[in-house]
Amino acid sequence: MGHIEPVTPRPELKMWEALNLALDRAMAEDDAVFILGEDVGLYGGSYRVTQGLYAKYGEWRVRDAPISENSFTGLGVGAALVGGRPVIEIMTVNFAYLALDAIINMAAKIRYMSGGQFRVPLVVRMPGGVARQLAAQHSQRIEHALLNVPGLRIVCPATPQDAYWQLRQAIHEDDPIIFMEHELLYFDSGPFDPGAAPPPLHSGRILRDGKDVTLVAWSRMSRLALTAAEELGEEGIEAEVIDLRSLRPLDLPLLLESLRRTHRVLVVEEDCLFGGAGAEIAATLGERGFYELETPVGRLAGADVPTPYNDRLEAESIPQVSTIKARIRDLLKA
Amino acid sequence: MNVMPGYVREEGMSEQSTSLLSVTDKKRLLREMLYARRFEERCYEAYVERKIGGFLHLYSGQEACAHGVLEAARPGFDYVITGYRDHIHAIKCGADPREVMAELYGKETGSSRGRGGSMHIFDVKHRFMGGYALVGGPFPLAAGIAKGIKMKGGEEISICFLGDAANNQGTFHESLNMAKIWNLPVLYVCENNLYGIGTRIDRSTAVLEQYKRAAAYDIPAGQADGQDVEAVYAAAVQAVEHVRSGNGPYFLELKTYRYRGHSMSDSNAYRSKDEEREWLKRDPIQILRNRLIDANALTLDEFKAMDREILDQIENDVVKFAEESPEPAVEDLEKYVLAENDPYVHGGRQ
Ligand SMILES: Cc1ncc(C[n+]2csc(CCOP(=O)(O)OP(=O)(O)O)c2C)c(N)n1
Ligand SMILES: [Mg+2]
Repeated sequence: MGHIEPVTPRPELKMWEALNLALDRAMAEDDAVFILGEDVGLYGGSYRVTQGLYAKYGEWRVRDAPISENSFTGLGVGAALVGGRPVIEIMTVNFAYLALDAIINMAAKIRYMSGGQFRVPLVVRMPGGVARQLAAQHSQRIEHALLNVPGLRIVCPATPQDAYWQLRQAIHEDDPIIFMEHELLYFDSGPFDPGAAPPPLHSGRILRDGKDVTLVAWSRMSRLALTAAEELGEEGIEAEVIDLRSLRPLDLPLLLESLRRTHRVLVVEEDCLFGGAGAEIAATLGERGFYELETPVGRLAGADVPTPYNDRLEAESIPQVSTIKARIRDLLKA
Repeated sequence: MNVMPGYVREEGMSEQSTSLLSVTDKKRLLREMLYARRFEERCYEAYVERKIGGFLHLYSGQEACAHGVLEAARPGFDYVITGYRDHIHAIKCGADPREVMAELYGKETGSSRGRGGSMHIFDVKHRFMGGYALVGGPFPLAAGIAKGIKMKGGEEISICFLGDAANNQGTFHESLNMAKIWNLPVLYVCENNLYGIGTRIDRSTAVLEQYKRAAAYDIPAGQADGQDVEAVYAAAVQAVEHVRSGNGPYFLELKTYRYRGHSMSDSNAYRSKDEEREWLKRDPIQILRNRLIDANALTLDEFKAMDREILDQIENDVVKFAEESPEPAVEDLEKYVLAENDPYVHGGRQ
């Protein structure tokens, strides 16, 4: 075991730094934890998340992988079966589509197929989302593709505090966990207090109380939803904002509780509308909360188009603060 | 303008000419490669000015690869496919540089109507089958294009340009295998610039000489100096001849170097300055220019005049066109998702 330095509170910490701290801490505490991914070592990670770890832990534990996503993820699955605790970095979610065999056919199934004989303690980190003009093959969101795979757990932190704790918690779990990060959040800062007791890994969080409508969002969209809610507050509309933090399992009790207070729900989703997580959330709230709802659960989501390169079209293809506000006003009229 | 130093040096090496090209062809190739360099360096500037967004991967240093190979093929007739470092391949296939630049500017007049950007130049007219962002993605498409050619019967061949690190993707092995068993007319060109982003080839790849990997599929292969356009041309003539005459796939490795970072966000911190200097001495444009000067086929003044004329054309024709073109209309967001007006697959608008 390496020397474990105390992690101290900071008034401001960037998202990538929080993830970096979490990895450092997990590696110092447990020799079984290792990192594998493209350019994670010498180069320090495309978004700096693994910066400094190669120098500290050496190439055996921070391994630069060839461009072979399916096989290095599969290799992680294999190592997890015999006691390793791999943290795989897939450079962006777009490349995770190449690793779906390892993730879906292997990692997600082995515990069940073996009648519980094996566990797969694997974390697969993947940044995604619409960033800045990266075009159709580099702007994808993968929630829809992984959401209905039994055997996977999916978390999606949106703040440095959550990123730190959720990553540490995920590495401790004995299941394959998809750890979704957002490319536009890495350089956002937030307060960081490692001493504050973390909520359970899969719980949601109320970011803002409100009585008129509940906004449900995750990852970057929870930030936009919060901004929209704050701006609407000045117009006298009180929107409650929930950051889901986890997509599977979903924190349904929290959602239902909020719905009972506000009677109106809008899901704000960056992924495309058709067949997305918003559809699952809306359907479930419709089933379980029908008699509490004043109006059908609304969904504001990405347009059903491959993401365009042109910046104006790109902005048009996903929810913005202005479109969130407009949808809330509509929902309150209904 | 931030230009790679080197190729306007007055003194310089002269390497032996090996080629079958006429002086006129060589001068044209010199011009094309210089144009390519100036085009890419102008993109660099436009990116810094935030006229170009997203990911931008420049081709500076590798010019002899696309130019030497395609000079030996029939650009515009043969089908060409590549990765994200694609501007110059498209232009050599016949794409209008103004449309390529307009694409980088995200304009409606761009080759992909502003929808694709730098990594996704497409030009159906010139059979440029696209630039793709996922490493290794084009390998099977190139084999498929070759299969399509064979089914309809024709002289065309399929040419796939990719990097060294792409060969570690499963698609490389699966595609080469299929190309061989079905005897497909496809030429795989590996532009081995020694790096995949920040990872040097010996840290990611078991076999350093990429051409040797084709032997695993019993595919004939060659290797050439990717900084010397005449050497590339000579090797490509054989490769193209092999594929076009129905002998099945061929694999050609070109040893080269990219002078810029992997993309605009990369500072090359993982490479030594010595290594960079060594490769700058082997600038493909400089090598050809010096050879022509030594053979008394060109003067330095003529070269400089050519350079000025290129810079002028890029500025006053290409960039101007991109700057002045309109952006796509926001109402057209959903255009091109599917063949138009198909309510069943489309699902209708909300
Ligand atoms: C499937 C996939 N994995 C990873 C990446 C990220 N990536 C982009 S380019 C690149 C390196 C490719 O190197 P090489 O094939 O040698 O081509 P070069 O860039 O040197 O021309 C990587 C890892 C990607 N685009 N697609
Ligand atoms: Mg390379």
